[in-house]
Amino acid sequence: MSPASVFVCLSLTLLSDYPVIRVKPDNSGVVTDGVKHSMNPFCEIAVEEAVKLKEKKFIKEVVAVSCGPTQVTETIRTALAMGCDRGIHVEVSGKDYEAMGPLQIAKIFAALAKKEEASLVILGKQAIDDDCNQTGQMTAALLDWPQGTFASEVTIDGEKVKVVREIDGGLETIKISMPAVLTADLRLNTPRYATLPNIMKAKKKKIANMKPADLGVDMVSRVEVLRVDEPPTRLAGVKVETVDDLVAKLKANGTI
Amino acid sequence: QRSLAHYTWRRNCSSAVMPRITSHYTIFPRDKDPRWEGVEMERFADEADVVIVGGGPAGLSAAIRLKQLAKEQEKELRVCLVEKASQIGAHTLSGACLEPSALNELFPDWKERGAPLNTPVTEDLFSILTEKYRIPVPMLPGLPMNNHGNYIVRLGHFVHWLGEQAEELGVEIYPGYAAAEVLFHEDGSVKGIATNDVGIAKDGSPKDVFERGMELHAKVTLFGEGCHGHLAKQLYRQFNLRENCEPQTYAIGLKELWVIDEKKWRPGRVEHSVGWPLNRNTYGGSFLYHLNEGEPLVALGFVVGLDYTNPYLSPFREFQRWKHHPFVAKTLEGGDRIAYGARALNEGGYQCLPKVTFPGGMLIGCSPGFMNVPKIKGTHTAMKSGMLAAEAIFPKVTAEDPASKTAGLHIPEYEDNLKKSWIWKELYAVRNIRPSFHNYFGLYGGMVYTGVFYWILRGKEPWTLKHAGLDSAQLKPAKECTPIEYPKPDGKLSFDLLSSVALSGTNHEGDQPPHLTLKDDSIPVANNLAIYDGPEQRFCPAGVYEYVPLETGEGMRLQINAQNCVHCKTCDIKDPSQNINWVVPEGSGGPAYNGL
Repeated sequence: MSPASVFVCLSLTLLSDYPVIRVKPDNSGVVTDGVKHSMNPFCEIAVEEAVKLKEKKFIKEVVAVSCGPTQVTETIRTALAMGCDRGIHVEVSGKDYEAMGPLQIAKIFAALAKKEEASLVILGKQAIDDDCNQTGQMTAALLDWPQGTFASEVTIDGEKVKVVREIDGGLETIKISMPAVLTADLRLNTPRYATLPNIMKAKKKKIANMKPADLGVDMVSRVEVLRVDEPPTRLAGVKVETVDDLVAKLKANGTI
Repeated sequence: QRSLAHYTWRRNCSSAVMPRITSHYTIFPRDKDPRWEGVEMERFADEADVVIVGGGPAGLSAAIRLKQLAKEQEKELRVCLVEKASQIGAHTLSGACLEPSALNELFPDWKERGAPLNTPVTEDLFSILTEKYRIPVPMLPGLPMNNHGNYIVRLGHFVHWLGEQAEELGVEIYPGYAAAEVLFHEDGSVKGIATNDVGIAKDGSPKDVFERGMELHAKVTLFGEGCHGHLAKQLYRQFNLRENCEPQTYAIGLKELWVIDEKKWRPGRVEHSVGWPLNRNTYGGSFLYHLNEGEPLVALGFVVGLDYTNPYLSPFREFQRWKHHPFVAKTLEGGDRIAYGARALNEGGYQCLPKVTFPGGMLIGCSPGFMNVPKIKGTHTAMKSGMLAAEAIFPKVTAEDPASKTAGLHIPEYEDNLKKSWIWKELYAVRNIRPSFHNYFGLYGGMVYTGVFYWILRGKEPWTLKHAGLDSAQLKPAKECTPIEYPKPDGKLSFDLLSSVALSGTNHEGDQPPHLTLKDDSIPVANNLAIYDGPEQRFCPAGVYEYVPLETGEGMRLQINAQNCVHCKTCDIKDPSQNINWVVPEGSGGPAYNGL
């Protein structure tokens, strides 16, 4: 019995690979105004995997979901342009958005997965701006579903999913029953480009709107950010001529 | 003591094979390339009424004006705009002091709509700098640089706002997709453009994710690529648009944003200088604007005319050392640099205006070049040119029978309207100021000319001075020039090139053919390095060009670090061999300017 629908859960992140990020003058966070936001790279990989599974006829429908302000619809449209069938935008803005963390997002995704009777929930392993690596795992726990995280290979085998996981020691292969939660790691696939004709066609695909309250989720955060600071500036190194000099310097600054 | 000639000879005699640099399909066509056999090259095509290349002030103003006319006259019009940056405003860089004349015409209610014009100019200072001192020059009303009534803006944010207004009016804007190719009808008129292909590897072969760009066809295509656009370069040749004008001359502008000590902050103050560190025969100068948007932010930068003759000159290092002048340093001390960028700008003015309409298309904005050089403003004229283009196009494109001889509409009314507009009057009045610098006294001769002829006669003198010719032809051989001793950056006021490039936020997909293409890979070492000591190492503000020793054998090779490129176009302009052809990389690549 092939699974009916797959949820791909997307995150909108600061494109923190290359734009210039600076800390707000009041140290409460990072300046986000005017900085280009786009789909989290691991979420792109997740979308690609879901679309591939649909192309191989293992699943019937791919739904792209994301939580956040209006900007997020652009990200969902990119996912639609890559091949997802429809989208769901859970509107979270203002103070709620600033305080939104993995737990709140996981509650929303879990509620939606139950409501829409999804068979698979695929996420990126972590967002590149906060590096939390928690949302997938929390979603699985809230749903009481098995999880295959850090997936570098996914194969559907009847009612089960074989997942090859990237772990520190190497690769671990597990078999889990569906419904399940998967998180995508870097080597899972190379995402396709969202081409312009597909972006234009994606405008006709549906994106449903809803609020966290519609799903019975409260957005109160249990985490309070106290302070954000820039990393300390690197100090200049010192060159020494001999080993004796090195030992003397290390003794002098208390290292040995 | 070995002579310079000996060293250059040694560097050029190479016993090793030069590694190939260029792999782009514009130099090595794919229909003759065996790796491309059997690859599907068919493109999806779509039709619009008007397609606009470039989401800058000109392109967006044209799009907005078209939609405003459509709304007024209750007609339907499909307007599509493509922009190579990942978001509107990300490739925009300018000083800038905006003269709101065109904006007032486009949106009389711009204030209610929230246009980010937050800093009216309150103070206007002009100085001639010497190494240690500053000679103030009175900013008399009537001098072109007088800024009364203007606003200091972060042009990237203004352009982003224009993009929002355009989308609200129904313009289809597609950032992240670059126009890579002009398409032609069989009768030779412009049919539209094709966006860039994606998924080509660095060696020019197709990757698994290869996808063809798409074709956007239109009744008329507007090209608003900004200064020295790459498609415009092709159109000039194709339609002979420059046969009656002088070759365009340019400058490079480098810019930084600084958060300064609040005690030094004077919101609304505009400062310009000429003189040190440039000598009197090198055109250029500085700007420093105090913004008023909450935090003590200043926008500052340095402009160097690209007709400079000394190949050892580095515009980037001139900029960095200018900041050490006591008058500038005192504003910046204790501050933090938060952004950096660079872009070429037009200097030619009236004498260099090409024909701007051709069958199927037109040129708008800084691409043909409406910048008022002594005023150092081009945004208002760019916007106005876009609006005039829209007003000329609208009746033709919505008419039942456009009565055109060619499939792509030829609309010469645009050029006629330009000539009747204030753009033309303005550019005509200041036409002699920039060329007046070409005299023995250089800067000082130019200032005297401006003071006498412009201030008194407002450009009514009957003669029109000529420019010096192509910028790329101005460099003297290195052996005739003296290397310039630049001070080392101190890491507080002045900085090295690579940490500056990092602040531009620039990046590109690494595995793609370098978009700085060379017509002939052997010329950089044989000509640029041999005769001019590799000036591209110095005029590129992003460290794209490096001459490095060959891995085996003796000699040097050119290394192109395409990922660093900030799309300034200076190399295409200043290369003495005119061997570099800048083409557009995969869309979304390039700088990530935020309000520059």
